[in-house]
Amino acid sequence: MAAVATCGTGAGSTGSMVAAGGKNNVTSFQRRGPRASGSDSSYSRLVSIAGTRPSVRNGQLLVSTGLPALDQLLGGGLAVGTVLLIEEDKYNIYSSLLFKYFLAEGIINGHTLLVASAKEDPADILQELPAPLLDDNVKKDFDEDACNHKTAESNIKMKIAWRYQLLPKMEAGPVSSSRFGHYYDASKKMPQELIEASKWHGFFSPEKSSSTLNIEPCSLTHGYIKLLQFIQNIIYEEGFDGSNPQVKKQKNILRIGIQNLGSPLWGDDICCTENGNSHSLTKFLYVLRGLLRTSLSACMITMPTHLIQNKAIISRVTNLSDTVVGLESFIGSERETNPLYKDYHGLIHIRQIPRLNNLIYDVSDVKDLAFKLKKKLFTIERLHLPPDLSDTVSRSSKQDLAEPSKLLGPGCGVMAGGKKHLDF
Amino acid sequence: MFPELNNLLNTTPDRAEQGKLTLLCDANTDGSFLVHHFLSFYLKANCKVCFVALIQSFSHYNIVGQKLGVSLTVARECGQLVFLEGLKSSVDVFFRAQAEPHPLQFLREANAENLQPLYEFVREALKPVDDGEAAWRCPVLLVDDLSVLLSLGMGAVAVLDFIHYCRATVCWERKGNIVALVHDSGDTEDEENNILLNGLSHQSHLILRAEGLPTGFCRDVHGQLRILWRTPSQPTTQRDRSLTYQYKIQDKSVSFFAKGMSPAVL
Repeated sequence: MAAVATCGTGAGSTGSMVAAGGKNNVTSFQRRGPRASGSDSSYSRLVSIAGTRPSVRNGQLLVSTGLPALDQLLGGGLAVGTVLLIEEDKYNIYSSLLFKYFLAEGIINGHTLLVASAKEDPADILQELPAPLLDDNVKKDFDEDACNHKTAESNIKMKIAWRYQLLPKMEAGPVSSSRFGHYYDASKKMPQELIEASKWHGFFSPEKSSSTLNIEPCSLTHGYIKLLQFIQNIIYEEGFDGSNPQVKKQKNILRIGIQNLGSPLWGDDICCTENGNSHSLTKFLYVLRGLLRTSLSACMITMPTHLIQNKAIISRVTNLSDTVVGLESFIGSERETNPLYKDYHGLIHIRQIPRLNNLIYDVSDVKDLAFKLKKKLFTIERLHLPPDLSDTVSRSSKQDLAEPSKLLGPGCGVMAGGKKHLDF
Repeated sequence: MFPELNNLLNTTPDRAEQGKLTLLCDANTDGSFLVHHFLSFYLKANCKVCFVALIQSFSHYNIVGQKLGVSLTVARECGQLVFLEGLKSSVDVFFRAQAEPHPLQFLREANAENLQPLYEFVREALKPVDDGEAAWRCPVLLVDDLSVLLSLGMGAVAVLDFIHYCRATVCWERKGNIVALVHDSGDTEDEENNILLNGLSHQSHLILRAEGLPTGFCRDVHGQLRILWRTPSQPTTQRDRSLTYQYKIQDKSVSFFAKGMSPAVL
């Protein structure tokens, strides 16, 4: 089974009025099929990107979000070319953890990283990444492998048995580029040599605000314009969209991580006032998505939606993103002491999953999901109601448990939203 | 094109009506399957289609279209389909100053007044061909979706004006059709979106409304479709006809059934 999306070389867009003239279309949204001009070499182009795998459903190229549990809920992983929006929890504890998992996964897989933040220096963020979980006795082998990976050109082109080239290479260490999705130990830091061996670009908003603008002032805030230019620059100069004739077309994924988008530190005032600049963030998301669709990149954005005053913006932002996951932590809320939730640290809501190249999509039946952060692992589980072990099953105790389960009702808004609590 | 939906709407590609504005709206669910239906329907009906696709890329529609039996690449090459790919062109417009007005020019401007460049694009695309080739049956404008224009800085009135101009040209002057998708934000207080939705509802001949089930998620029934036939130009004393069906989306088609009659239940 090797249904892999291949790199399209311009889908014959001769009649289109607005096709960018002559540019090679690099998008991962094309299914492998009989190619008019293709040869066998085109199959091997996207196949050998580390850390990706094709989706079972539609051949879409997927990358791991860093959390295998979340990958499973999203239908296998995050599709290349799409945006994953994380609605932050109240104190930004778990969402920043998910952000770090995403970046750490990029380092392990050898992807290029682009870290944008207005609060912390990207170099500091990278120092804080969690360490991958390894068996101790193969850790030494892995260190050696990590050095050899960068130099060895292992893609020997097979002419006869070319299908074997598509099989993942079996490697000794549990942390290897052929594996999809790794586990991380939140209590340890990523080894320094891995960080230094990785390729990353940082965008720290306070530092970049002084250079000149060569775009007419549109309604985007300054910070967003600079960030878009930065991202577009990296994509163009490193060949992620294949349009730069001087750079060889990239065979790697660009992982973009943007932290706290929409917060006042970016210069946006939607979190401060209700009548703020209501189009800046949505325009930014639209152009960003345009950039992602035409390049080999995937983006994770964390956004403090609980602070946005104008609720209409939240629904617009949701419509403009591909995958939306909301985190709700129990810290400081009344649910912390609720016996229903005593094993968990918070709830996770999958608010939207995209239907890419398809009428249907993979959606899990389980809508009530909770997460907990144990010492090493961040797990997502189905929320179970604890058994009612009291001697007399009194009316009042049932009411207590029924209250929170009513609140879980709205969390099923992926396929169809229901607000009414129907008492069965 | 979903044959069951054609039966419900009582149309076939051969006898497609002309001069109609169809409004698609979705509330609490994803109504994009309706867009795919109408795109393949009008391509099969041999109409010239101008598709303003603001929310997804060309290959997405192409791959789904192939499942439904039309090839967008072939249609584009032979001139039946004019495709404006919003995401890709937005990058071009935003980062590079364009020599001539681009349909998405409003992305560069701080206070874009109206959607005139976009209207000019549509008018140019659906211009009747004079040189005696095999003429297409009627021009069709398909927009996916209009709520994105609100997110990009246009006011509801500007979008309504755009649709009005398009209706005058496409529906009245050239006897074509318009199909547009608008998201219904439900109870989130998106005033502009409500203005747009109400304004368009009053002008449309046919409203297809895909809603989520009020009871929440269900594996076998993905939502409910409300079909409303209207006659906006002649106020009638009789009530507009309306039907409600529930549906389930499958890989290549959508099956419709009466409320409560899902095959999983029977």
